[in-house]
Amino acid sequence: MQWETVIGLEIHTQLTTQSKIFSGASIAFGAEPNSQACLVDLGFPGVLPVLNEAVVKKAILFATAVEAEIARRSVFARKNYFYPDLPKGYQISQFELPIVGPGHVDIVLKDGESKRIGVTRAHLEEDAGKSLHEDFHGMTGIDLNRAGTPLLEIVSEPDMRSAREAVAYAKKIHQIVTYLGICDGNMQEGSFRMDANVSVRPAGEEKLGTRTELKNLNSFRFLEKAINFEVERQIDVLESGGEVIQETRLYDPQKDETRSMRSKEEANDYRYFPDPDLLPLIIDEDFIAATVKELPELPEARRRRFESQYGLSAYDADVLTATRAQADFYEEVVAEAGDAKLSANWVMVELFGALNKAGLDLASSPVSASRFGGLVKRIADNTISGKIGKTVFEAMWESGESADAIIEARGLKQITDSSAIESIVDEVLAENASQVDNYRAADPKKQPKMLGFFVGQVMKKSQGKANPKQVNELLREKLKG
Amino acid sequence: MTDLHLKSIAQLSADLADGQYSSEELTRYFLERIGRLDASLNSVVTVAEEQALAAARVADQRIQAGNAGPLTGIPILHKDIFCTQGVKTACGSRMLDNFISPYDATVVTRLKDAGVVMLGKTNMDEFAMGSSNETSFYGPVKNPWDRERVPGGSSGGSAAAVAARLAVAATGTDTGGSIRQPAALCGITGLKPTYGRVSRYGMIAFASSLDQAGPMTRSAEDAAYLLAAMAGFDERDSTSVYRPVDDYVAQLDQDVRGMKIGVVREFFEEGLNSGMRAAMEAAMDKLRELGAELVDLSLPNSHHSVAAYYVVAPAECSSNLSRFDGVRFGHRCDNPVDLEDLYKRSRAEGFGSEVKRRIMIGAYALSAGYYDAYYLKAQQVRQVIADDFREAFGKVDVLLGPASPETAFRLGEKADDPVSMYLSDIYTIAVNLAGLPALSMPAPLVDGLPAGLQLIGNYFEEGRILNLAHRLQLASDWHLQMPEGY
Repeated sequence: MQWETVIGLEIHTQLTTQSKIFSGASIAFGAEPNSQACLVDLGFPGVLPVLNEAVVKKAILFATAVEAEIARRSVFARKNYFYPDLPKGYQISQFELPIVGPGHVDIVLKDGESKRIGVTRAHLEEDAGKSLHEDFHGMTGIDLNRAGTPLLEIVSEPDMRSAREAVAYAKKIHQIVTYLGICDGNMQEGSFRMDANVSVRPAGEEKLGTRTELKNLNSFRFLEKAINFEVERQIDVLESGGEVIQETRLYDPQKDETRSMRSKEEANDYRYFPDPDLLPLIIDEDFIAATVKELPELPEARRRRFESQYGLSAYDADVLTATRAQADFYEEVVAEAGDAKLSANWVMVELFGALNKAGLDLASSPVSASRFGGLVKRIADNTISGKIGKTVFEAMWESGESADAIIEARGLKQITDSSAIESIVDEVLAENASQVDNYRAADPKKQPKMLGFFVGQVMKKSQGKANPKQVNELLREKLKG
Repeated sequence: MTDLHLKSIAQLSADLADGQYSSEELTRYFLERIGRLDASLNSVVTVAEEQALAAARVADQRIQAGNAGPLTGIPILHKDIFCTQGVKTACGSRMLDNFISPYDATVVTRLKDAGVVMLGKTNMDEFAMGSSNETSFYGPVKNPWDRERVPGGSSGGSAAAVAARLAVAATGTDTGGSIRQPAALCGITGLKPTYGRVSRYGMIAFASSLDQAGPMTRSAEDAAYLLAAMAGFDERDSTSVYRPVDDYVAQLDQDVRGMKIGVVREFFEEGLNSGMRAAMEAAMDKLRELGAELVDLSLPNSHHSVAAYYVVAPAECSSNLSRFDGVRFGHRCDNPVDLEDLYKRSRAEGFGSEVKRRIMIGAYALSAGYYDAYYLKAQQVRQVIADDFREAFGKVDVLLGPASPETAFRLGEKADDPVSMYLSDIYTIAVNLAGLPALSMPAPLVDGLPAGLQLIGNYFEEGRILNLAHRLQLASDWHLQMPEGY
């Protein structure tokens, strides 16, 4: 039987605010356990939540970017359940009336076609703390630093039909929230967390199959692998006459499998109700207008600008704007180097190649954008050749020094003085009289190919520093005889 | 230095300014009364003698320096629902028997800033759930008018202490009548302000959409002084209202001639004790003498108040009390074998039966499949009740009725009958559901026991009901009657 996969994603994005969603405590990552939890975060008797205005702005920015409705009235609700890292015994979230209503994003499929994925809603909520099960000898440690950290949970329609589409959608959302600067997108630190709802149905069937919810998908790779595993598992179950059980399943990256965490029967009744400590959130038009003014340039617009302003190809512009970090990096390189196309080539080929090889991301590049721009600048102004440029880049990668310092220290400055180049050319021609004769006697069509020998000799003699263009011109001139 | 316990705040304040005695002496005077008289009442659960004397000395310096306000150096008691830094805050519960608050509630801070001296904390029904003060982990409070009887609740300790003149005044909280009903049963003046007028920050939550703090005093005049210091916007409480505070004291003496008072028909139907009815009539006659115009008026949906309240309040409390889980503070059972055991035993041991009952009712009302029929419906009823009031205040300035259907009942009389206990608040609950301000003040005694007259104002018209109460108190001596032996 032919099966169709149906996938919807829930993505928790941690918002980049200074303080928590309902208290003034800091949200910085990595502090001493329980050092960033105030009485409100600890759920002490008598304390009350007060909404952080910054999170509302960020939700509005997101809504604008995905062309979603902004609810003029939204309501915070309590989701009640007991867990030690949930201090109040309830999580403040939005349930029936979220701040962001229906919207959409477009993803590009393998065949280049574009597909629209619906964003059902996005709502604001507070994060819980962390339970630490290691190191406590049979007990559990609780770190409430993360309790009260603001999250925007983005829920998609079940519009995706393959793991690839799910990954493309997740990457798109990642791109949007990082471009907007509302989330740092750091998956290792849990700033961007994905859950996938997966079901299968016979091709052509309209009714959705029973879904499972996959958790612990903290990279795009795991998202893809977990969905693929789960789809196969569900098909196996169905084809062997079984039934898929609605449940939450945990992905185990070590074993590359999903396993049951809890079934629907074990699921909590969260007893949602509007939080009486927080009045409904009413947003007026002026607030929206003032917030939207702060909307940064989005990926699409930036890609188009890269094509027009820098004269880049569609492909180059697409690659360089894939993430805000890349696009920012590139623009800093151009600002330093001047030559936009040369900068694009060097960033995409040399820098990305080196990072890829070293398994590093852009943020941890040993060569900063301005330093890298300094290197490209020296290639653009003929201080060094492209070939020497690669040597200089390697040295920069190792030492962290500037291109100019390395060029200076190693005497790599290109020889552009035509008389100096001419004397080297003359030497080479004198040392290779027979090749000169052969060249001159040869068919003019074969001459360009033969020129390479002389160029190589000159470059070798100049230790690679002679300007190749000048060398070529001079040799051609002199070999005419 | 005698009979200081009979003086009003204004008199005490003038004496302090005059140097007739110091705040420290005044504080010692009341500490001595508590020590001598409270054993028979059990109204005070924590005496903060050291802090009180230190605060009194600071107040004396302020008075000498000439920057004292009307409350500087005045000794009062706080209901044990308010968090008080460094002082045990148990909320009438075993759950918080070990809880020393690390911070002050906004109400406590504001009164501290005004120079008030906190003598200690008053007994109360556990987590403010009760109408007789019998649900307290610290034992019932006795009514000073008859120690066989209850003082009302949940602010029973505050009411009994003020009635027995163990402090100049006390704070209370009112979720369904918890200031007004005990004020009525103990013969004092108690005011529940408009929802949002006084900050709830640091007040241990029972039902967040209903809870409101207010003063419990011997007169409307004293209440005006206290409320002026307690009220005002607080950025820590999102439900507090950004709106200037009226000058309640200045409004006290305004003429009430021509004021239109609606007599709520539904509050005088069957269920109202006949002695109570006569007391209300006497008070109404006095109001007519003062030139007020009394008209008959109906709040047709007020019958639904108790039912709606006993869905909304337990629903909110079931969630508010989830934080008491034995993990971070409060009672924790011995040697839990696992997480579930920790939760179950800590909560089973820490909470009393009335609290458990309300958590159960509330959790049920909020559960999937019942939410619409109970919680949502109750909220709709609440709106209908508020609409009744809105309509009424289109016709009259103030509404009037009894604060309680009967005088103080006997200890134990209703302790095993929750529904009859819940009906003690039949005349007070609608006001909380609508979020209006209301006060209870003494009417003539009924068979030697206090009866409470309730005045309900429109939103933020605390000044108007205090004004009316004050004029009535100037023209009568019901509020000056005192229980014997105190």
